[in-house]
Amino acid sequence: MSFINKPKVRHPDLPKNELGLTRRDYEGAMSTLCAGCGHDSVTSSITQAIWELSLRPEQLAKLSGIGCSSKTTAYFASGAHGFNGVHGRMPSIAAGANAANRNLHYIGVSGDGDSLSIGFGQFAHAIRRNVNMLYICENNGVYGLTKGQFSASADIGTRSKKGEENQQAPVDPCLAALSLGGTFIARSFSGDREQLVPLIKAGLMHRGFAMIDVISPCVTFNDHVGSTKSYEFTREHYHEAVHTDYIPPRQEITASYGEGEVLPVQMHDGSQLRLRKLDKDYDPNHRGKAFEYLRTKLRQGEHVTGLIFLSPGHDPDMHEMLQTTDVPLNQVPYEELHPGAAGLASILRRYA
Amino acid sequence: MTVPPTDTSNPDYFHRVVDCQWACPAHTDVPEYIRLIALGQFSDAYVVNRESNVFPGILGRVCDRPCEPACRRGRVEDKPVAICRLKRVAADHKDDISSRLPVIPAQKNGRKVACIGAGPASLTVANDLLPLGYEVVVFEQWDKPGGLMRTNIPAFRLPETVLAEEIGYIEQMGAQIRYNSRIDSMRKLLETGGFDAVFVGSGAPKGKELKLPGRSEGGANIHIGINWLESVAFKHLDKIGEKVLIIGVGNTAMDCCRSSLRLGAKNVKVMARKPRQFFKASEWELEDAESENVEIVVNHSPKAFVVEHGRLSGLLFEQMEYDFDASGRITAERVTGETFIAADDVILAIGQENAFPWIESDLGIEFDKWHVPVVDVQTHQSTRPGVFFGGDAAFGPKNIIWAVEHGHQAAISIHNHCMGQAVTNRLPPTLNLSSRKMGLHEWSYKNDYNPVERRLVPHVSLVERFKKISIEVELGFDAEQTAKEVERCLNCDIQTVFEAKACIECDACIDICPTDCLTITRNGEEAELAQRLKAPRKHPHQPLFVSVPLKHTARVMVKDEDLCVHCGLCAERCPTAAWDMQKSKINLPHANDHQWPSPQQRKTA
Repeated sequence: MSFINKPKVRHPDLPKNELGLTRRDYEGAMSTLCAGCGHDSVTSSITQAIWELSLRPEQLAKLSGIGCSSKTTAYFASGAHGFNGVHGRMPSIAAGANAANRNLHYIGVSGDGDSLSIGFGQFAHAIRRNVNMLYICENNGVYGLTKGQFSASADIGTRSKKGEENQQAPVDPCLAALSLGGTFIARSFSGDREQLVPLIKAGLMHRGFAMIDVISPCVTFNDHVGSTKSYEFTREHYHEAVHTDYIPPRQEITASYGEGEVLPVQMHDGSQLRLRKLDKDYDPNHRGKAFEYLRTKLRQGEHVTGLIFLSPGHDPDMHEMLQTTDVPLNQVPYEELHPGAAGLASILRRYA
Repeated sequence: MTVPPTDTSNPDYFHRVVDCQWACPAHTDVPEYIRLIALGQFSDAYVVNRESNVFPGILGRVCDRPCEPACRRGRVEDKPVAICRLKRVAADHKDDISSRLPVIPAQKNGRKVACIGAGPASLTVANDLLPLGYEVVVFEQWDKPGGLMRTNIPAFRLPETVLAEEIGYIEQMGAQIRYNSRIDSMRKLLETGGFDAVFVGSGAPKGKELKLPGRSEGGANIHIGINWLESVAFKHLDKIGEKVLIIGVGNTAMDCCRSSLRLGAKNVKVMARKPRQFFKASEWELEDAESENVEIVVNHSPKAFVVEHGRLSGLLFEQMEYDFDASGRITAERVTGETFIAADDVILAIGQENAFPWIESDLGIEFDKWHVPVVDVQTHQSTRPGVFFGGDAAFGPKNIIWAVEHGHQAAISIHNHCMGQAVTNRLPPTLNLSSRKMGLHEWSYKNDYNPVERRLVPHVSLVERFKKISIEVELGFDAEQTAKEVERCLNCDIQTVFEAKACIECDACIDICPTDCLTITRNGEEAELAQRLKAPRKHPHQPLFVSVPLKHTARVMVKDEDLCVHCGLCAERCPTAAWDMQKSKINLPHANDHQWPSPQQRKTA
């Protein structure tokens, strides 16, 4: 943390987006995380992504639980809606909010503790329900707020700052999401903005649950030799399988690629993803193969990154499954929302 | 070809970052004295100033202030820090500093130096040589010292008391100023004066002439600007006609028009041949004149002086029209008509030249085809060893702060010359860096950016100021204005120093930098690399710092120094202290840093 706030002064020629706003207009409160925390880089990537998408801050809802990671939502888009929930319970808040207003963009920011320990059940069921949201898991392998104990994502053999070795098998959020039917599953690294920013944009525009596991080093408790989630280790064992380019609606596609190298994916809002396979044998549309590939690489100690899996078919999201109304509840006239005494009685009769 | 790592061990690198100090000919340590003013240590601020510019009180009023257009604040926002006005605050509010003047040794070194003209250049030479034990004699043609500072700058901009005080310090140090002692023969001075070195600081005393029809017939009411100002300064002249035309738009023209208003003129016009963007006067001097209701007329080229009944009645002008190219240069000019403007008096302020009728041609002092002395730009030595030139006398009209710097450099040469050293044997500048880190997120300077706007200096009212020519128009900042203005300084001398081997490339500094100065990227050709910066490179002449390859990815840290506000957040946010905020102190050697054994001592050794 710092004693002074980031000054409002900015570069006079900072580019503006379609709304006439600069990246600085999408900033939030001053971060109180440790200097050098990967989470601050994730914040910056989110800021960059929503600026590039020209989202109005009030179109955005930020949700989080408890943990260092969950402070992130305070640090971008001050003008957005926000809810800081109970530890591990962010997914149910997100599902509820989304049920009430389907027109907002939902960003949930959680961590390995919030998602994979106390909130693992919630995490799993949000994926099953295919809640239309972007879910970012800032994954550093330790509980930073409580002085650096191993978290559920700590790899076997990784060492704590005091030298202890972890022996328990890790929960890998991407493998978990693959097995639970996740429709958009990605992994990235806080230190690779060129990869992370397009993924955040794609995740926000994906209809359904988009999960990005971001390796985000804990500079205070997990950035030493022997850690498998340090800046240095991550850079050395970084394996980008698929690079994603996000092309907004209406923009002409100019880059040309050789045949078979690029997989174009049309998004429901008219934007397009172009997946560049950096590993030519990899198929990001095949759940089973993706699962196997990930497991193999994990055993080799490699962090596979990029858009690991994107469901090729049509997957109904929560609203589609529940056949809810197309308009947000706050826009439904009172008479329609409220069944009245007679209406209630007729509903109750169904369960009699 | 990739960009080689920036060599920050070259003192010039960090010196350039301190834009104001780099732009100042005398390299005054501006951020340091502004911090001292902020602390209320006016005497200390004055002494810091005096070390480099010798006349803080004078320059705090009338300096040409090259520091201000250079000031980084002017690039980050609109207006630079009011550096000049703050200098005046230090001078006006200091305590008695006479005990802090350089110590003059009782034991002299037996060397005698003559300075010609008691202007800023000569007085600086005296200031630098007296502490080394020299005997310095200054020859002055008038009965008062100051040179053009006294004769050409009107008292309403520079009061007599300020001149007297600061020149007084140099007399106090032992300079022997011989008044009413015009030098008429260089030969005589060299042959019979008994001096070891001679410094010519006699200025550029010859105003340019405008030879047009009617010049001699109307002569009684046509004045040469600098001579006219001189007569006003010595009170030989105390009135002028009601309608006055000033020809030329340099700073002398501004002093002429404003002085005319104080001598009874009612209608003063400054006549310019070209449009405003070509004016030579400083923007603030133009503003001050216009605020006193002086009309500045553009695109009028003088054609003839009109004389009726033996007396000047006005001037005939050609009305001009110009074509410009894309860069604003004039490509063609046309005369579109003629116009007569009535005038009782005309003042010519179209430039000045140096003139040396008193330097004999066979002394080995060479002049070029424009009659300008051949002077080495570094050593200020003429083609005759032992004779040095400085100030306007050396390279033509510049300004006071340049004259001071010439004095410093000439003093080194004179000292070397007298000590039997080559005049080119000069110490290089050096630079010290020391960390300002106090605690985890605490620095020993105020790093928070204060968005306060430039303060406007109060002026004496338009009614009051014309009552007497000696009423100083600018009042100087009050305490509250000073307190605000000092906060605008960005402390550019608190440098961002990068230690590449500590960097873990976490991007914390990149994300926190408010002006997006920092980028981590792969190296490349400079022009191409500049395209990949996080924010566009606005001023390519500003330095770009490029680190050695970083240890994790072999990318480089790039910093565009241009818009850095020195808030220190990069260093605060750095988990490994790869960035640190370190104060740079630039040491520019003066004569007293050149400690040579005297020739006699060397012989006996």
